[in-house]
Amino acid sequence: MLIVREQQPATQAEIDHEIAAITEAHDREGLEETQPRLDYPPYRSSLLRHPTKDLHLADPEGVELWAPAFGHHEVGALEADLTVQHGGEPIGERMVVTGRVLDGDGRPVRRQLVEIWQANAGGRYVHKGDQHPAAIDPNFTGFGRCLTDDDGSYRFTTIKPGPYPWKNHRNAWRPAHIHFSLFGTEFTQRIVTQMYFPGDPLFALDPIYQSVVDPRARDRLVASYDHDLSQPEWSTGYRWDIVLTGSHRTLTDHETGAQS
Amino acid sequence: MSARDLIATPGQTVGPFFHDALPFPGDNELVAPGRADAIRLHGRVLDGAGAPVPDALIELWQADADGRVPREPGSLRRDGFTFTGWGRAATDDAGDYAFSTVHPGPVVAGSAPFFALTVFARGLPNRLFTRAYLPADDAARSADPLLSAVEEARRTTLVAVPDAHGFRFDIRLQGEGETVFLTYPRH
Repeated sequence: MLIVREQQPATQAEIDHEIAAITEAHDREGLEETQPRLDYPPYRSSLLRHPTKDLHLADPEGVELWAPAFGHHEVGALEADLTVQHGGEPIGERMVVTGRVLDGDGRPVRRQLVEIWQANAGGRYVHKGDQHPAAIDPNFTGFGRCLTDDDGSYRFTTIKPGPYPWKNHRNAWRPAHIHFSLFGTEFTQRIVTQMYFPGDPLFALDPIYQSVVDPRARDRLVASYDHDLSQPEWSTGYRWDIVLTGSHRTLTDHETGAQS
Repeated sequence: MSARDLIATPGQTVGPFFHDALPFPGDNELVAPGRADAIRLHGRVLDGAGAPVPDALIELWQADADGRVPREPGSLRRDGFTFTGWGRAATDDAGDYAFSTVHPGPVVAGSAPFFALTVFARGLPNRLFTRAYLPADDAARSADPLLSAVEEARRTTLVAVPDAHGFRFDIRLQGEGETVFLTYPRH
């Protein structure tokens, strides 16, 4: 039985110790892991919310071999620019975030929905649940969406989010990140994840980032600064490619973009 | 494994702040609730202590009543006529979610139809997949490869319960009656 009610929130040092113990055990086993642990006690809200039984390995069938379709009539072109949703310029470092969405076979995921949401430059979400006493930016609400193009590329213009405090433990701070929601060509490829920025000093301290215990897998969550994406007198640029899990269905020529 | 096999990007929790970004008007109404063939698929998301999870998000993907897999876009801006087969519903303060939809038909003749569901929540480090089978079709369910492979005591967690307007399907993330969650080859 898990003891989940603590008298006092843990200190960062206690969380660090828990993270280190899990890391050491993983290093001893030496097995590659590609996904976060569902059971990761340093992330306290996961204690009662993760399944304790093994996931059941299923062969995808029927509707699971397909994904919902989205079209340009339902995703406006301006929705990919989070800096033009209000009357003025948002505060913060304007940047472009772009990359490709690929399936596990390296094929571009075409014309598929990408949704993002994030805190503002001060680390504040517009969400009513965010009580962090940092300024709300009237020119930034922090969500956007787009469809990938024929190359599987997505592209957003936004501002760099700030780190923010949360109540996992005492003095807990999330590294700056952008939430991403992605669809593939089949139901089984659906993921929601978070993109981080290179060199963040909060990485080692953050139980959500560390819930991906294999450092090779964690690195796949970190975007690269790309000076070729930066625009003079305008914005910086980051690149982040996303790979979905392998698909099971034989894709049509239309879906792969193959020339017949 | 081909030389082009790439390693999947890890998932991360949806966190607590998705409500302004992911829900949209009409997200949980695959068909209008008043329609003659509309049914409700609803339930409660519960944690390991039996407490409701008020910050979960459920996504539904299903065939239409004839077992056809929808290929039409339009879920984000529903026109009221096109069945897109997809929707999402955030849980409310009581941990309840609800969809207005239609009975899914069998995609392969004779197979047991099901609703395919994805579960996201604050505190859940990665999304979970499951299926909600229809209770009526006993013969098809007893021949279903997935249900047959699940230990009998847990099989009922994958079957929706009929009620006045359709079906109830509770999702227990942990503990007694824990829902069977799925993973797939190549994950």
